[in-house]
Amino acid sequence: MSATGTYNKLVPEPTPHSAPYWEGLNRRKLLLQKCRGCGEIRHYPRPMCPSCHSMEVEWVEASGRGVIHSWTITHHAFHPGVREDLPYTLATVDLEEGVRMLAQLRGVPDDKLRIGLPVRVEFETVKDGLTLPYLVPGEPA
Amino acid sequence: MSLREKGAITGVGETAYSRESGRSVLSLQLEASLKAIEDAGLKPSDIDGVIPYSGVVAEDFITNLGLPDLRFSAVTPLGGASCVAAVQCAVAAIAAGICNHVLIPVGRNGASGGRIGMRVQQMPQFRLVGEFEMPLGAIAPAQLYAPMARRHMELYGTTSRQLGEIAVSTRANAMLNGNAVMTKPMTIEDHQASRMISDPFRLFDCSLESDGSCAIVVSAAERARDLRKPPVVVMGVAEGHPDSPSVITQRPDMTRLGIAKAAPRAFEMAGVKHDDIDVAEIYDCFTYIVMCQLEDLGFCKKGEGGPFVESGAIRLGGKLPVNTHGGLLSQAHMVGMNHIAELVRQLRGEAGKAQVRDAEIGLVTGYGDMGDGSVAIMRRG
Ligand SMILES: [Zn+2]
Repeated sequence: MSATGTYNKLVPEPTPHSAPYWEGLNRRKLLLQKCRGCGEIRHYPRPMCPSCHSMEVEWVEASGRGVIHSWTITHHAFHPGVREDLPYTLATVDLEEGVRMLAQLRGVPDDKLRIGLPVRVEFETVKDGLTLPYLVPGEPA
Repeated sequence: MSLREKGAITGVGETAYSRESGRSVLSLQLEASLKAIEDAGLKPSDIDGVIPYSGVVAEDFITNLGLPDLRFSAVTPLGGASCVAAVQCAVAAIAAGICNHVLIPVGRNGASGGRIGMRVQQMPQFRLVGEFEMPLGAIAPAQLYAPMARRHMELYGTTSRQLGEIAVSTRANAMLNGNAVMTKPMTIEDHQASRMISDPFRLFDCSLESDGSCAIVVSAAERARDLRKPPVVVMGVAEGHPDSPSVITQRPDMTRLGIAKAAPRAFEMAGVKHDDIDVAEIYDCFTYIVMCQLEDLGFCKKGEGGPFVESGAIRLGGKLPVNTHGGLLSQAHMVGMNHIAELVRQLRGEAGKAQVRDAEIGLVTGYGDMGDGSVAIMRRG
């Protein structure tokens, strides 16, 4: 997070399908789409349920708890905005709700990373109107 | 109707590969196209189908090559799987009787014209990743693909040195190729000492960014026999899309690529077995992607790719020589069209110092975007 200067990282361009997700993050909630036709939860936000083809959704709040599925530790700045963050860990996480998310993981030494490690979601407001999720070590289920 | 043996590669053409061509992408593609047409013993006016790659359109070829009656054009937007998928598209158009000689060019100023990693953000097939992952710092293919490799390592004990064997073997082959960008030998120690890009990918696990062009001509099988060079007959060809095709994060099995679906179709169409394959040109944007495809193709079991490559199997003289031209890792990043060109040379016996003795049947793959796959099996005609 940069309190001074302008935010120079890539920013999302929300669509009508994803706006509630981004608005949820601004309220420090991780919201997932739940199909009104069959009840299946899906992520990332998109218009149609691939199981029953309903386009009706409700938004449900995720617990924010999950376990590591995989990860990468980035040492190269693929965008000028991430140079100050290097190296950073990006974790792919199995959420309790059965879908995955990807976010930066903080507070876990590289040699402690493993599949199944419990993590939980935190939120940080990085600029006006933009809150992003990140991950920290969580309690075992 | 099957596409089996309905089409053949009759011509290949390549420009010099470099880091700075100093020329337009279109002029590069026109040079490679003319070479491919001449290699086939055809005249530009014989071309009646074009499958352009990106940045140029069929009209550019009509205008510059003076094509009097183009009957077929299409695009196959599968990233690095596009070239082999375009072969499928060309053979399908030929088998349907639409056209006889399809030109498939690719070309790019991949090094001098803007870095590939930065271009990815603008690609529509990366839209979900662009919205939900890039703002979190997962920006480039190296970062998006790395978790697939990391999971493979954690599940199966695959090591960085095993990935390095792919880089080293590929570099050794590039040293035999007069048109390769990388010309210095590489050892496993060099690989291990190369800087970390996005763990587990080191610099030498990543492919090049290159300028140049490569083109092929796919012809109707019955017309191919009378042309200048022995035809290279397409025995089987298929494309396959992975589960969760736009987002690796959400893929049920992160170690399984789209080619796992395409491979059984291509082998069945070709009517051959894995032991029949004499040489394989495997899309190699990253070392791990080669290993994963070897497994998904069925050359070894899932999880055994590490020991398979470590055994020397993919070296020249090994059980399955792979990327005999130096691949995207060490020859040039030509979106895998250079893989098709190399397979044609191998099956014609034109591969020079990298020639696999008595190569009769070979396989070439493409891999693109978030895991799209394509595969073709070809034989000396
Ligand atoms: Zn549904």
